[in-house]
Amino acid sequence: MNAIAVRAPLTETPNTREKIAIRDLSFFYGNEKSLKNIELTFYERQVSALIGPSGCGKSTLLRILNRIYALYPNQRAEGEIWLDGENILSADQDVNMLRAKVGMVFQKPTPFPMTIYENIAFGVRLYENLSRAEMDDRVQSALTKAALWEEAKDRLNTSALGLSGGQQQRLCIARTIAVKPQVILLDEPTSALDPISTAKVEDLIDELKQDFTIVIVTHNMQQAARVADRTAFLYLGSLIEEGPTTQMFSNPKDRRTLDYVTGRFG
Amino acid sequence: MNRYARRLTSNKIWLGLSIGAAGFGLFWLALILSTLVWNGMSGLSLSVFTQMTPPPGSAGGLLNPIIGSLILTVLAVVIGTPIGVFAGTYMAEYGRYERLTFLIRFINDILLSAPSIIVGLFVYEILVVPMGHFSGLAGAVALAMIVIPVVVRTTEDMLLLVPNQMREAAAALGAPQWFVISRVAYRAARTGMITGVLLAIARISGETAPLLFTALNNQFWSINLNAPMPSLPVVIFQFALSPYEDWQHLAWTGALIITVTVLSLSVLARALTAKGVER
Repeated sequence: MNAIAVRAPLTETPNTREKIAIRDLSFFYGNEKSLKNIELTFYERQVSALIGPSGCGKSTLLRILNRIYALYPNQRAEGEIWLDGENILSADQDVNMLRAKVGMVFQKPTPFPMTIYENIAFGVRLYENLSRAEMDDRVQSALTKAALWEEAKDRLNTSALGLSGGQQQRLCIARTIAVKPQVILLDEPTSALDPISTAKVEDLIDELKQDFTIVIVTHNMQQAARVADRTAFLYLGSLIEEGPTTQMFSNPKDRRTLDYVTGRFG
Repeated sequence: MNRYARRLTSNKIWLGLSIGAAGFGLFWLALILSTLVWNGMSGLSLSVFTQMTPPPGSAGGLLNPIIGSLILTVLAVVIGTPIGVFAGTYMAEYGRYERLTFLIRFINDILLSAPSIIVGLFVYEILVVPMGHFSGLAGAVALAMIVIPVVVRTTEDMLLLVPNQMREAAAALGAPQWFVISRVAYRAARTGMITGVLLAIARISGETAPLLFTALNNQFWSINLNAPMPSLPVVIFQFALSPYEDWQHLAWTGALIITVTVLSLSVLARALTAKGVER
């Protein structure tokens, strides 16, 4: 079934290495199969975008990569996802260790009800025992990388809930970076933000790919075109097409991809 | 225009009925409160807080029942709060989708509205009868059984109000579930949970029925948990029904003390909730 799903031709340039390899992945909400036999590869230190109309399964796919779906009953993934040669779907994978390696930023900013400093230290403390000075450094470097340091440095000990929406989202990114993950998953990270905050977050994504492998779900095609190296188009739970972003937007192989990226449906 | 005039008239009628009903309710409340203050204030003096309950005809105060009530209430909260919080946590966090949770919620709702005299009789059977005598401990256990359902309910409700995204965000950093609950969910639900405990205290500080069968009463100074213990509601009950005028005055004063305490707790709970919403 769905033979159209093309796997990316593995013409690797010297500095692209397979980071995540998804093989024959299906996903079920109860008995409903919402992802169908996905085959997809994400490359190290690249930004990969998942696009498609609402309900196509792009967020579902993202939520499998750190197994956050496992918080809920009746959700089940079948198949394999290889992260650096380890199958993260295997039963003996420790999900908390996985999530420390594969960070996630959500659609709505989700600051914890504590100070800005504590928000960032929260995740770090889980896996590292740092001195006060080392923690100060870590907080500063995370906030700097997330382009929030200048705005936040004088109010580190005030509640994070006092930040604006855009600042809160950058705080969430800083919080994720502070744990030093290898992969960062972004689930429509700018859909709740104004255009200026959106531009800041997009600039940030460009910066972050120096250090991290990034997978971003977006319903905004211009955003995918702006930030992603590669783009994958999903439709009704199937992967329709995947390839370099420029090719996907200028010269897609599948009719449905063309229709979607030119705004004819979706 | 005729339709418009009709609407105006019917609006006036509804408004009038609503105001009338509100006024009727408030009138009796104000009457009760003013009678209480009027009768209670006259007996209020320092000796109420420094002297023991007197025999009829002599001067005295309410020191022993006040202390007894404090001990019973504190002990009930100390027993009931952890049980309630842990049960509420199970229902909202660990077992949110389990059948057991629905069962617990159903039973808890029954317990929440159970007549408190039944709680008293129950504790009488399981503690007073085996021990062979009434005791402060039995009283505290009976009150704790009234605290538990209130705290279970508010803990569960408040935790369910914490958005799932917050839990996902914490879990996405690699935090194990107990850590997500204790450091993030509790913190987000804190004001509501404290409000629940305050409401439970307000609820038990006026309870008489469960104490009649458990702590009973004590004319004298007693902080021994293994012996009958005095409490304000039971003393008010006994003194108000007595034929002696000085006892009746003390009952009014005791009622005023309880009312003021409960009122302050409710106001505090309201203020905390308002602060929680504003955040």
